[in-house]
Amino acid sequence: MRSFARSVVLSRRLLAVRWPRTKNYKIYHVKIPYLLSIATWLPTIGAALVLTLFRKDQAGAVKKFATAWFALVFVVSLLLLSYDRAGGGMQFIEDAQWIPLIGTRYQLGADGVSVLLILLTTLLGFIGALSSWTAIEKRLKEYYVLLLLLQTAVVGVFASMDLFLFYVFFEVSLVPMYFLIGIWGGENRLYAAIKFFLYTLVGSVLMLLGVLKMYFLTQDATLVSQISAATLDAVGGAGNTAARLMLGDAAAAAGSGAGTFNIMYMQALGSVLPMGTMQVLLFSAFALAFAIKVPVFPFHTWLPDAHVEAPTAGSVILAGVLLKLGTYGFFRVALPMFPRAVSDEHYFGAFGVRNVMVGLALVSIIYGALAAMYFVVKRDGDVKKLVAYSSVSSMGVVMLGLFALNANGLTGAVLHMINHGIYSAALFLLVGIIYERRHTRSIAEFGGLSHVMPVYATVFLLMMLTAIGLPLLCVFISEFLAMRGAFEANPWWAAVAALGMILNAGYMLWLYQRMFFGELDNPQNARLKDLSNRERADMMPLVLLTLWIGVYPAPFIKYIVQPVGVVVRQLNAVHTMPGVKEFYSAGEH
Amino acid sequence: MLLAQTSSAASSELPVWSDLLLLAPELILAVCACAALVVEVVLPLRRSRLVARFALASVVLAAASLLVLLWQTNNTLLPLTGFYGMVRIDGFALFLKFIFLIAAALAILISMRYADIEEEQHGEYYALLLFATIGMMLLACGYDLIALYVSLELMAVTFYVLVGFTKRERRANEAAMKYFLLGAFSSGVLLYGMSLLYGVAGSTNLGDIAQSVAASLTVQTDVTGAAAATLIPLRPLLLPGMIALAAGLFFKVSAVPFHLWAPDVYEGAPTPVTAFLSTGSKIASFALFVRIFAEALGGMRVDWTPLLGLVAAITFFVGNLAAVTQSNAKRLLAFSSISNAGYLLLGLVAGNSYGYTGLLVYALVYTLMNMGAFGVLIALRRGGIKGDRVDDLAGLAQKAPGVAAMMAIFMLSLGGLPLTGGFIGKYFLFGGLLQRGASENRAWYYWLAGWAIINTVVSFYYYVRFLRQMYLSEGCDDDQPLAFPFTLRTALTVATIGIVLLGVYPQPFIALAQTVVAPLVTMLH
Repeated sequence: MRSFARSVVLSRRLLAVRWPRTKNYKIYHVKIPYLLSIATWLPTIGAALVLTLFRKDQAGAVKKFATAWFALVFVVSLLLLSYDRAGGGMQFIEDAQWIPLIGTRYQLGADGVSVLLILLTTLLGFIGALSSWTAIEKRLKEYYVLLLLLQTAVVGVFASMDLFLFYVFFEVSLVPMYFLIGIWGGENRLYAAIKFFLYTLVGSVLMLLGVLKMYFLTQDATLVSQISAATLDAVGGAGNTAARLMLGDAAAAAGSGAGTFNIMYMQALGSVLPMGTMQVLLFSAFALAFAIKVPVFPFHTWLPDAHVEAPTAGSVILAGVLLKLGTYGFFRVALPMFPRAVSDEHYFGAFGVRNVMVGLALVSIIYGALAAMYFVVKRDGDVKKLVAYSSVSSMGVVMLGLFALNANGLTGAVLHMINHGIYSAALFLLVGIIYERRHTRSIAEFGGLSHVMPVYATVFLLMMLTAIGLPLLCVFISEFLAMRGAFEANPWWAAVAALGMILNAGYMLWLYQRMFFGELDNPQNARLKDLSNRERADMMPLVLLTLWIGVYPAPFIKYIVQPVGVVVRQLNAVHTMPGVKEFYSAGEH
Repeated sequence: MLLAQTSSAASSELPVWSDLLLLAPELILAVCACAALVVEVVLPLRRSRLVARFALASVVLAAASLLVLLWQTNNTLLPLTGFYGMVRIDGFALFLKFIFLIAAALAILISMRYADIEEEQHGEYYALLLFATIGMMLLACGYDLIALYVSLELMAVTFYVLVGFTKRERRANEAAMKYFLLGAFSSGVLLYGMSLLYGVAGSTNLGDIAQSVAASLTVQTDVTGAAAATLIPLRPLLLPGMIALAAGLFFKVSAVPFHLWAPDVYEGAPTPVTAFLSTGSKIASFALFVRIFAEALGGMRVDWTPLLGLVAAITFFVGNLAAVTQSNAKRLLAFSSISNAGYLLLGLVAGNSYGYTGLLVYALVYTLMNMGAFGVLIALRRGGIKGDRVDDLAGLAQKAPGVAAMMAIFMLSLGGLPLTGGFIGKYFLFGGLLQRGASENRAWYYWLAGWAIINTVVSFYYYVRFLRQMYLSEGCDDDQPLAFPFTLRTALTVATIGIVLLGVYPQPFIALAQTVVAPLVTMLH
């Protein structure tokens, strides 16, 4: 590592390039400068290489090169684990001039949540690339270029510390996904692709108005002057010099009337933003964008279509990462920036904004589970659709945890984002594997598969049990935390959510029974091959992670505790909730 | 008159700002255009492509002289007034003139290939393009109703001819006729509005009009009575004048409900002319819009913003909705240009630094992306394929990946995806509305912005259809290669680079735009 760092320094001297001004900031545990930029842009470089180095007909070389590149990106992103968990706050901070007249800067930074999500993204990118070796037959070069570009966009969202940049990545991520669904998708791909594109676009364009308005609010001198130093300390982390310096710059820009897009500063601004129609509208603008992405009922209808039509790797990225853009948005933007709207209980007369969101989350949980159930009950249900609806249900749990607005709920929600990324990606891979062999996903076509594909059946069992939330598997931890948070906020919420989990167990077990147990009654299934070595290699990391997080989640939770604390502090300033005090006495250092 | 005198007094202190020098770019173009007309007659061989190159060179020369003008005046001497107040060169005018020259250059570049295929390679075509450009440039700097009207007619009459230039084509003839009849009518309405304005102000100079309009309105609202008694209340006269002017201009920029000519004319006209008409002519009309409404009628802002806001809201809705069902690419782009007129109107509605900056930046980007899109349509024209249906783009990504990628950038930019210039333009337009809403504390600006941005989603639906045809459709049914000559390639490359540059690093463009609109903004407050 040191040699790499040295070579970077060396090349810097040789080229005399003017690098962004990171050196002004004291950076904690970073061994490599510009690590986040590297993690973000490395896939794009890979895409450019694929585009220029290979001819159209070199399919074999392209897929090997691209997969190797994904592996490289993953290894590089592993360096993000050097995140100082005790120090917390935003680290790996980068700050460079971009478009001063708009007020936007190229600002990157990551806290524990971002780090975990970036790692999830790069891991799933590699797995998706590996899984596509045989599944994708046409236009391989374009396929891997788009996959790499998508990776840049998604990592960029998780790494952005500037709301404008965040928005740019958020919206640009639509384009590669549109092509992935539209070119390599199933029969109905054209419809699914445009539906995905327009649906998610509706939300994000309204978010643009929210972004603009937030920026104009940072130019408001009277509002800005109310932000206390304590708030800035809380948001940036009192001991985190780099983040405080960035925040100081942002505060100076805001104070001078130029305005800033810095997310941390906007979070601080959120603590003084008065409650009222403006705040509720702003929250709605952001919440709609994120809710469509999550997706929360009733904005979920694009998801089953997109999933069913997308190629396997597309589904893996979609479920594993793209949905997290929505929940991450809630965690990073909507909750801390609009604490008053989020914790509001009275805006719509008898109930408030928070109740609306929790209500939608609960409906998502139940509705997603019921819809998934329908596809088992239906004779020729589509397995992929089932997994897609179970995602809706699962993301409902994340939303419930987030809007529990307490430490347990938020921690559970964030961990559940990771866990859902692991198990739903695995399930989509498994469905993809069987689809590749049989070219059907209808449940009725299968039965007794455990006789011919024992390894496949075992992995499927493990992932299915994970989805149900069996103890010692990862989802149990996160669901438990999210439910506990919900229970602390309102026991009834937890009760309704628990109903969803029962349904969840019902359809998953039923599905497993119908697909894997019983007689092998379909002769077409008699000669199915079990997992190949490549497929085993593909599943292995996910299986290991499931077990690891399930048995010993502490290392992961340590990444989450501190960032969650920041959000809870933001919320707690305007809204007292149970469970906060204990959390602080335990987590303070 | 007063303004003209003070300005000329100021200009007398300067070195040699002869009035002719102020209009050097236009004069160069005029001389070259006349020469281009003669060249083909005089030269024994009918070398029309030579005329095209000559026209291109003259545009470059005009741009160079414009640069010299810009460099000499250095923005500190601006605005400069000439021809007894008929012409006023300010930063706003110079910025727009650059846009027109870019549009003209691109139009000439994409015309060369088109004229070859159509076998309509005539020298006077390029001369007409130059004359139209002169009209546009004079519209940008005219400061007198007469001068403005004459420039407008110069541009319009030239376009009546250009639209019907492929005279063997029936659709082109129909389009020209339609455009002429409706255009003449709208000019009449515009002229009527101007006459009312003259009746109120007693002058055709925009500065004088602005003063009298402001004065007449303030006197009218004055309740002390003494002053009001001597003056006739002029508001009843001003309002119909304003509405007539707005109606005439709505026609010129093809805003709803005066947009009906646009689809037919755009579809029937030769493709390069459509490209030039939808960019240069429209933006020139917007220059006139800004001159008359923001400058002359600046005092009546309260009266005309709701009107413009309403028309804008309807315009991009109707334009987008109609575009969704089109299968002809030119017609689709016509409706898209209608909806874009609506977005550009938002700049005027906002009327602040963000709004006008957005207007200028978006005008620039819009020129590039529309020229590019029509350029691609011209490239598609091969053998028996006309290339003006959306379906004709099927499988283009396999056949010509470069062209397809460029077309994709044009389309995504038209929709307003981040990292393209279209996004930056819209960003400023919407931002302007939000700022105006906050400063005036009126909710309808916010709703208008929300409505506008929802409409961009609708527009994405049909822009993405091009992407779908190019990338998602499997194949195209013919094996004929695309003819893609150097001129066309240059035009498309320039447009693409411009759009990406404006999207990724717009700082210098924004800086320039903000500087040139600053006087416009301060004047209003």
